[in-house]
Amino acid sequence: MRRQWTTTAGIVITALLTLFLLVPVLLSVYAGLTVNYARGISAGFTLDWVKQVWALYSDTVWRSLVVALMTLALTLLIGVPGAYALVRRGGRFARAVEEIVTLPVAVPGLALALAMILTYGGAGSFRQSTLFVVVGHVLFTLPFMMRSVIAVLDTIDWRTLDEGAASLGSPAWRRFLDVILPNVRPGIVAGSLTVLTLSIGEFNLTWMMHTPMTKTLPVGLADAYASMRLEIASAYTLVFLVMVIPLLIGVQLVAGLTEKRTAS
Amino acid sequence: MTHAATAPQRGSSISTRALTKTFNGNRVLQPTNLEIEAGQILVLLGPSGCGKTTLLRLIAGLETPDGPDMIRFDGDDVSGVPIEKRNVGMVFQSYALFPNMTVSENVAYGMKIRGMERSKRDAETRRLLALVGLEDYADRRITAVSGGQRQRTALARALAIKPRVLLLDEPLAALDAVLRERLRVEIGLLLREFGITAVYVTHDQAEAMAIGDRIAVMDRGRIAQIDVPRVIYHRPANDFVADFVGTMNRIDGRVSGGVLSLESDDTGAALAVGGPDRETVLCFRPESARLANGSAAVRARVVASTFFGPTQRVVAEVTPGRRLQLDLPSSLAFDPGQIVGFEIEREAIIEFQEA
Amino acid sequence: MDSRRFDLLLILPLAIFTLAFLVLPLARLTLEAGSGPQGIAGFFVIVTEARFRNSLIVTLILSIITTVATLAVATVAAQTLANRRFFGRGLLLSMLTFPLAFPGVVVGFLIILFGGRLGLVGSVTKSLTGTNVVFAYSLFGLFLGYLYFSVPRVLLTILAAAEKLDPSLVEAARSLGASPLAIQRDVVLPALFPAMYTGGALCFATAMGAFGTAFTLATTVDVIPMLIYTEFTLATNASMAAAISIALGFITWAALAIARSRAMRDVSGA
Repeated sequence: MRRQWTTTAGIVITALLTLFLLVPVLLSVYAGLTVNYARGISAGFTLDWVKQVWALYSDTVWRSLVVALMTLALTLLIGVPGAYALVRRGGRFARAVEEIVTLPVAVPGLALALAMILTYGGAGSFRQSTLFVVVGHVLFTLPFMMRSVIAVLDTIDWRTLDEGAASLGSPAWRRFLDVILPNVRPGIVAGSLTVLTLSIGEFNLTWMMHTPMTKTLPVGLADAYASMRLEIASAYTLVFLVMVIPLLIGVQLVAGLTEKRTAS
Repeated sequence: MTHAATAPQRGSSISTRALTKTFNGNRVLQPTNLEIEAGQILVLLGPSGCGKTTLLRLIAGLETPDGPDMIRFDGDDVSGVPIEKRNVGMVFQSYALFPNMTVSENVAYGMKIRGMERSKRDAETRRLLALVGLEDYADRRITAVSGGQRQRTALARALAIKPRVLLLDEPLAALDAVLRERLRVEIGLLLREFGITAVYVTHDQAEAMAIGDRIAVMDRGRIAQIDVPRVIYHRPANDFVADFVGTMNRIDGRVSGGVLSLESDDTGAALAVGGPDRETVLCFRPESARLANGSAAVRARVVASTFFGPTQRVVAEVTPGRRLQLDLPSSLAFDPGQIVGFEIEREAIIEFQEA
Repeated sequence: MDSRRFDLLLILPLAIFTLAFLVLPLARLTLEAGSGPQGIAGFFVIVTEARFRNSLIVTLILSIITTVATLAVATVAAQTLANRRFFGRGLLLSMLTFPLAFPGVVVGFLIILFGGRLGLVGSVTKSLTGTNVVFAYSLFGLFLGYLYFSVPRVLLTILAAAEKLDPSLVEAARSLGASPLAIQRDVVLPALFPAMYTGGALCFATAMGAFGTAFTLATTVDVIPMLIYTEFTLATNASMAAAISIALGFITWAALAIARSRAMRDVSGA
């Protein structure tokens, strides 16, 4: 069959888009490993820049990990029961709560950070602590965890499962632990990976909320971009990529698995 | 299913007094008085929206009745007791089996909640799985067993908690026709063997007849008739029951001198029913018709016939537009246009009091 | 009743967190915005004061152009990828969605590598024509950054809708003699509209509030988020920053709310 000109155009545009998204990343990896970016490949490759980055910024890597894990713990504790409560409750009230909780997706991070600083800026030890940044991250990532869990709850017949367990004499809290949680696990796993990825990459809130003692990786990156030579900035970006790419692959594997499960 | 010897468990009697349920100002269950003896199987039969599931969920404790002291088990008021404390076994339409557990874990769950020790629990689970013929599937995931096996797992799980009453909400509705027919016999036998009080909801009259000690036919939030299957079928209390349970023919006309007569060219009927002169509707079942050619026979013109094997269903008009369905021996051929003569036994004719 | 108390327990952490760290701070922000020298009028400073108004107009135009471009590219790519099976499709999809995890700062840096002083485009043009083309720090660079940031998200949304589109609809239209453009106009695009509203609104809202990219590129143009940042940190004018923040938040929230209601109406009307 003769290929439609629209199809050809579509393939060309998609290919260009792929190049546009991919080439800068490859450039960054290359620049982080090259001896001298301006001189090109002839100068050879080295891991020196990565080592320098590690010496200068390893604390931000660890802090980002800690912040991401604390954020994850809090979103699990707050978001998973909250999502189930909203789905159980249903109706206008639940929709209103969901709307409020989802505000941080719509409202720019800068505005949220400003609001947090104006409210808690005076609370010295809280303001100075890593927890302050964590709270900001929870604010921003909570809607993603809740949506992920709610999406799975919408596909399973949670009410009948809950009634089934109740008919066997199980009290409300045990029904939640024994029956609901295991069956929303795909949503929790997908939500967790999203939360970790978002937290590790969060900049808008963190830039405003951090203190010199609570710098995270993206804050360090912004620092490096502004003040360091290109090779160091690139090597630092490389460290960031190494941290998030496993998470992204995880997200896709989980998405693939749930797709297969719902298809069968 | 193998039927291993089981210790009969009787279960509780159930009674409801003026039980009502209102959703958002809409009364879905009219005041209902119901007495179910211990060990008896009551089937709630009716079309969707008739209130049968609401009544079942009220007995289960999944819905709260409008007022206090409306539901009693063995004379104890359980109206305010939630399902998790009511000790009722429930088989859901969708089975509500836990996908995160295996077949045996599902069956054992209620016993685990009750703190039964491991070894006793395992033994009881094995006994129940053997009872429903699932011993080879104990460690399968719920998603890895068939619809019929899920159904039996759900039944075993509900029986495992030694419930006071067993409640079944359309337990066969999710299965295909062949399986449904087989399982309705097996479930009936199993429930009788257990001797447990059971309330069984269905919209399928054949299922209701096969399983129920008594059947309560429900219509628009109230019980239209409650009786043993034979009476429900042969002596329906009203039009609704007659129509819902089986096929019913209707002949309307005027009885004068104890006879309802219809005449039209070469077809017609003269049905001797006795009683005063009146406008009435006479009803009879298709299988009550017997081929006959005497002067008392009804003569009707054949419209169509459908072959069923042992019998055939013949559609015939006694006067133009008055169609009747007759179950006649399949050995004879009836062609459209032909006149068929038949009689209806006097006892098989039902007359509802109406204008 | 037992289960009623449990429901309360489930929602309690969410309620406490949301009240303490979202509702209260946003209320505080609103209070701050109204307590500047202009009082209540401070809320409207974004349109009354020329400097802010110009910044708002630039940001709006930039966001709208970004949204249109993103939707165009993503819709074409989504249709090309949907229902087409080829070797390496999974890998290609992964690469197209990778940038989802990149924060704005990283995107800014990637744009610098692409079109900055030592950038790829510059070195290519230099060797060809002798002039080093640098666009990373201009409005165009900012646009490319936003595009880079938005395309993966919007692509995923539209791709999901495109894969659900029944191919027999297109075949039916072709059997009736419709041209490729007519099929797009009459069959495909209407089916993709809900996803396009959702994706487009998300893209617009993100572009309006994007800070990291602008910050890294340190553009000469002041987009609204940069304005908030400089008002707060350099001018230490908290109430002004709060007022602009609220105006910005309102615009992005409204964009998302409108798109959501339109998408819902489309779905229910179909």
